[in-house]
Amino acid sequence: MSAITLEHVEKKPLSFALPVVGAAGGFAGLFVGTAQGSGILGVAAGAGIIALMGFLCLGILGKEMERVARWGIVVLMAVAGFLLGALPGLVVGALFGWFFGWFIYWIGEGRYRAKLVPYLTPGQVLWHFTFRVICGMIFFFLITPIVVVMPLSFNAENFFTFTPEMLRFDPEGYSLKHYRDFFTNADWQQALWNSVSIAPVATLLSVSFGTLAAIGLSSEHVPFRRAIMAILISPMIVPLIISAAGMYFFYSRLGLQGTYWGVVLAHAALGIPFVIITVTATLVGFDRSLTRAAANMGANPVTTFFRVQMPLILPGVISGGLFAFITSFDEVVVVLFVGSAGQKTLPWQMFTGLREQISPTILAVATILVAISICLLTTVELLRRRSERLRGMSPG
Amino acid sequence: MKSTKFLLATTALTVAAGGAFADDHMADEMTIVSWGGAYSNSQQKAYHEPYMEKTGVTIVNDESSNEAVAKLRAMDEAGNITWDVVDVVAADALRLCDEGLAMEIDPDEHLAPAPDGTSAEDDFGDLLVGDCFIPQIVYSTTFGYRTDMVPEGVEPPNDICDVFDTETYPGKRSLEKRPINNMEWALLCDGVAKEDVYDVLETSEGQQQALDKLDTIKDDVIWWSAGADTPQLLADGEVFMGSTYNGRLFSVIEEQDQPVAMMWDAQVFDLDGWIIPAGLPEDRLARAMDFIYFATDTQRLADQAKYISYGPARESSAPMVGKHAELGIEMAPHMPTDPDNAENTFLYNYEFWADYRDDIDAKFQAWLAQ
Repeated sequence: MSAITLEHVEKKPLSFALPVVGAAGGFAGLFVGTAQGSGILGVAAGAGIIALMGFLCLGILGKEMERVARWGIVVLMAVAGFLLGALPGLVVGALFGWFFGWFIYWIGEGRYRAKLVPYLTPGQVLWHFTFRVICGMIFFFLITPIVVVMPLSFNAENFFTFTPEMLRFDPEGYSLKHYRDFFTNADWQQALWNSVSIAPVATLLSVSFGTLAAIGLSSEHVPFRRAIMAILISPMIVPLIISAAGMYFFYSRLGLQGTYWGVVLAHAALGIPFVIITVTATLVGFDRSLTRAAANMGANPVTTFFRVQMPLILPGVISGGLFAFITSFDEVVVVLFVGSAGQKTLPWQMFTGLREQISPTILAVATILVAISICLLTTVELLRRRSERLRGMSPG
Repeated sequence: MKSTKFLLATTALTVAAGGAFADDHMADEMTIVSWGGAYSNSQQKAYHEPYMEKTGVTIVNDESSNEAVAKLRAMDEAGNITWDVVDVVAADALRLCDEGLAMEIDPDEHLAPAPDGTSAEDDFGDLLVGDCFIPQIVYSTTFGYRTDMVPEGVEPPNDICDVFDTETYPGKRSLEKRPINNMEWALLCDGVAKEDVYDVLETSEGQQQALDKLDTIKDDVIWWSAGADTPQLLADGEVFMGSTYNGRLFSVIEEQDQPVAMMWDAQVFDLDGWIIPAGLPEDRLARAMDFIYFATDTQRLADQAKYISYGPARESSAPMVGKHAELGIEMAPHMPTDPDNAENTFLYNYEFWADYRDDIDAKFQAWLAQ
């Protein structure tokens, strides 16, 4: 240990540490208590137990016995968890025990200040950690519903239920039958095929029209630019159900309702705003003198566009295209109106499936779609970085 | 030589095809709308597949029966009817018929007589509740309960009023999020005689009485809106008992092997059947009529019961109900119309609910929101 340290780690008084760990225990107790039938009792018991543990660790055992005390808490909580909820309870209990053992010493020994600059006031320290907890919770609430779906899709039963076999990690409780159902059932395969044949064409249309519109709207001499922009972006702002009903009546008159091209055009119209917005944003950083230079050297506008402008705004075009693709791939309202049974897409099939028969096949499909989305986004991100690196736009 | 042959062959084919077309003027593709899930499946096995085999027609399935009324209105307004035959519940059929969106069908003229020669009208009997509606099945809304949640030393629930008895049968119940059926059951368990239920329910005091009765279990109710909800809740053990369609419960009990049993008491019968949208072009109309004639004959209706536990709407079909196609169990005892199950039943009161639905719905929703 160096003679001069900027770290501000010092033992905190019990009057500070115990209420804090007690509060944390109460918060955890709320969940355990609710699961066992009484939330309020859970809060009281959690706060009491953790505060008592805090007192034992900090007040009696002290820093020297930290290792022993923390293992003790892990074992105690694991046993308590086992009594409440068998094997899964044991795992959860052990995790709780590990966390609280660490937390008690982290608070009690004042280690939480170790990585912070020493001149922060207690209020600033509190905010520093509150902010992180809020971020963590947002992350948690966004991710949990997606994660919960995944194990359920391997359910051996035909319900959205964690069966006792699943909770015991018994292989009997798991099966791939819902995946098999997805890949062998003609309805699902037809829906998958429809989605796959509609989305890319709709994306291609929205990217072409959207990019052209964005380039046109970014030149100074186009009249009524704002009004045209507002109209083109309106599908994003107008409630979907209204666009859908409007398209239904309009397409019915044209004979497009219930046809493949009707759905493609409708989805293209929904995707165009995303392309316009992303491409317009990229064009802000585009240097117009480059096109003039190209023209000066004898390139016609088409060559200029493909050789000079397009490569530079490509990241915007790609991310706009990605949004357009996902819009079409995820869309259920418009296709319910504009499509007929022959254009039943995956989201439509999932929607009717959820309403009529809660089958985990939907979860299997959802898991596959999540996996595809992750792959797609990762690929695009990697490509984008690579192209930026190649063009020297960013050091990374 | 080769090309001449080819030419001859194509000409012959064209002539043959043209001739066939001229013969019957029927479209060779049709869209049939139904509910999806196990129910659509049973129809496909019993009606669509044999019909496609017999005629070579392509049948496209649309699972939009839930929004059939709204969609048919929109189609009518847009002047673009894309459906050929639509499966709806009787109440929806009556509404569509009143609005002129469904075609009137004369059973004796357009439907097959029974094998013994009884006319279709007599064979369907009372179940022909509307001029546009051809009943297909009788289903019922009834309760199922978890057998492993019955408290020890207590009889399993077998009376509709056990639903309201949260002391003997503690646990959550799932009820449909609408007044129909719930109001009748509430009054029945509040001491109103069965034959007086609708007289009482006409008055606003009677409606309040029903809501008050429902209020006694409100905290224990999970409200459902899709037929699949109660089976899921029962399988989860989330509810002790819940109402849903009897075919759903059959699937939970017999096909999914869940610890659930039926409580048939005070089940409410309802009908589901076909309508043909008004305003179809001639060739499609002829095709739809031909399909309806085929799909509602005695044998076909009895066939459907092999795949799902709903009672065929024709009297002549009942003796022909056999065993389940995959499980091999006798289907007759699982039919809502089986005498053992039908000791105490209601028939959905179409007239009453047509008149009072809006009013009672509003009160029910207001009560729910309290």
